[in-house]
Amino acid sequence: MISPSTATSGPDIAFRKVSKVYGNAEGGFVALDKVDLTVSRHEFVAIVGPSGCGKTTLMRMAAGLDFPTSGDVLVRDRQVEGPGPDRAVVFQQFALMPWKTVRDNIGFGLKCRGAAPSEIKQVTDRYITMMRLQGHESAFPHQLSGGMQQRVAIARSYAVDPDVLLMDEPFGALDAQTRLVMQEELVQLSRVNPRTVVFITHSVEEAVFLADRIVVMGRNPGRIVEIIDVKSLRLSERWDELPIEEVMDLESFTHMRTRVWKLLKDTKRSTAA
Amino acid sequence: MTTLSNAANATAPKAARRMRRRLPGIGESLVLSLAGFAILFGGWWLLARSGLVPEQVLPGPDAVLAEILHLMRTPFAGSTLQMHLLSSIGRYLMGLALAVAVGLPLGLLMGWSRRVERAISPVFEALRFIAPIAWLPFATLWFGTGIGGPILIIFSGAFPPCVINAYYGAKLIPTPILEASRTLGASSLRMLTDVLAPGALPSIIAGVRIAAGIGWQSLVGAELIVVSSGVGYLMMQGQTNLSTAVVMAGMAAIGVTGFAIDVLLRLIESRIQKGALA
Ligand SMILES: Nc1ncnc2c1ncn2[C@@H]1O[C@H](COP(=O)(O)OP(=O)(O)OP(=O)(O)O)[C@@H](O)[C@H]1O
Ligand SMILES: [Mg+2]
Repeated sequence: MISPSTATSGPDIAFRKVSKVYGNAEGGFVALDKVDLTVSRHEFVAIVGPSGCGKTTLMRMAAGLDFPTSGDVLVRDRQVEGPGPDRAVVFQQFALMPWKTVRDNIGFGLKCRGAAPSEIKQVTDRYITMMRLQGHESAFPHQLSGGMQQRVAIARSYAVDPDVLLMDEPFGALDAQTRLVMQEELVQLSRVNPRTVVFITHSVEEAVFLADRIVVMGRNPGRIVEIIDVKSLRLSERWDELPIEEVMDLESFTHMRTRVWKLLKDTKRSTAA
Repeated sequence: MTTLSNAANATAPKAARRMRRRLPGIGESLVLSLAGFAILFGGWWLLARSGLVPEQVLPGPDAVLAEILHLMRTPFAGSTLQMHLLSSIGRYLMGLALAVAVGLPLGLLMGWSRRVERAISPVFEALRFIAPIAWLPFATLWFGTGIGGPILIIFSGAFPPCVINAYYGAKLIPTPILEASRTLGASSLRMLTDVLAPGALPSIIAGVRIAAGIGWQSLVGAELIVVSSGVGYLMMQGQTNLSTAVVMAGMAAIGVTGFAIDVLLRLIESRIQKGALA
């Protein structure tokens, strides 16, 4: 469905001097202030930052659900004009259709693309297994726990096999164990099928484990405080060869984690003042 | 009926509670509604029998029932009562189906898209205050005694509730669900069938029920003038022949059929709601 990754090297997503102001011009609230950020093809970027710093707003603009007050949002050098089949979103509030079963929710994107029923069945089966939702295929969302609903929402976006995955705290409602499993699964998945991921999280550990780069944001106005490269460290320290719980014990990992934490603490102090 | 008894419960909770202890649940409302009918028919019968009103002006319930049975066997104004009824129902279903088929998608799209709403809303708001019966002269000019006239009139009655309820139903669907559907690549048609319609379903069903009632009322009004068969036509012929019994038989047929339609739709409604909750 999605064309195989061609070796273009330009950025997949580019935010250029993006500002977002809510309300009128004078008394407006600046949710984002001249944000510059590029995400390369097949790069995994995690965004961390205090609540209300504009993470969701930034992601919605890449999804084509919100538009900047000024500045440009580009996906593959094209101005974003609306949602597109190349980008899938995992919403902070799951946003499942209550009138569709687990299977139909997961298969909805494929159905929209005109996939054959047999293909939909096959793909949904795969993600139902991956997300450990077996036995709940015919359940409706309100019959599931929050964590299960979240896994349906994730499966739904994986199922369309998008070039760009935009995930807003996708593991927020999961218990610690499931969360670890999902994190490893996501790493696996990106290895088998590389794609560009923008991943919003409140968990610094999660960001350090998953991301190639971590974007630390600050508030009032919403802005990027620092961008940290994790990829080179991960490669040199060979994190990829270890299971997640061992990675999280490595000194290189804990160092990085502490560094991000400090940054977050500093931004909070500076905005509090 | 249920709304009436609900209101009664609300205003006189103590009395209702006392009664419920003696006659639990459905039994109570059944007894009360039978009592209502008993008063209506009893009063009617007494009035007719009292001699205060001449028989031609007010035949008793027994005479009307006899007239109904008679009309079912011998044709009047061209056909038997049940054939008149059938021809009314046929027109009614066509007009209602048209109102549903146009009104629901239009209302859903208005609820979903601000642009469609801005374009359609003013026109709709202006037209909806023209009562169905006020379309009659226009319908007659356009369609004569053809099928188009009654259909237009049923449509004008049944269309607004379809639009309005679909509109509010779509408005109530949480925005994240609509956004998620769009990011998953849903086309407008897919939005309509897979997102807006099921999301607005409870409101839609209520709207169709209201539309069915108004449509039925409007139809009989239309038949008084523009057609040459149907219950309304039968009643007009009864009036011309100065037969109050025929007129009242027609009214009874309208009332019973309307009631049956409502009961049927309520059944479907509770079926669907149970299915949606399952
Ligand atoms: N539609 C809106 N109208 C007005 N203000 C808004 C709107 N949407 C977001 N905001 C404001 O913009 C700011 C950024 O919101 P956003 O949802 O992007 O934050 P966030 O970083 O995702 O926070 P969280 O971590 O709590 O999800 C918030 O202060 C919020 O109040
Ligand atoms: Mg958010």
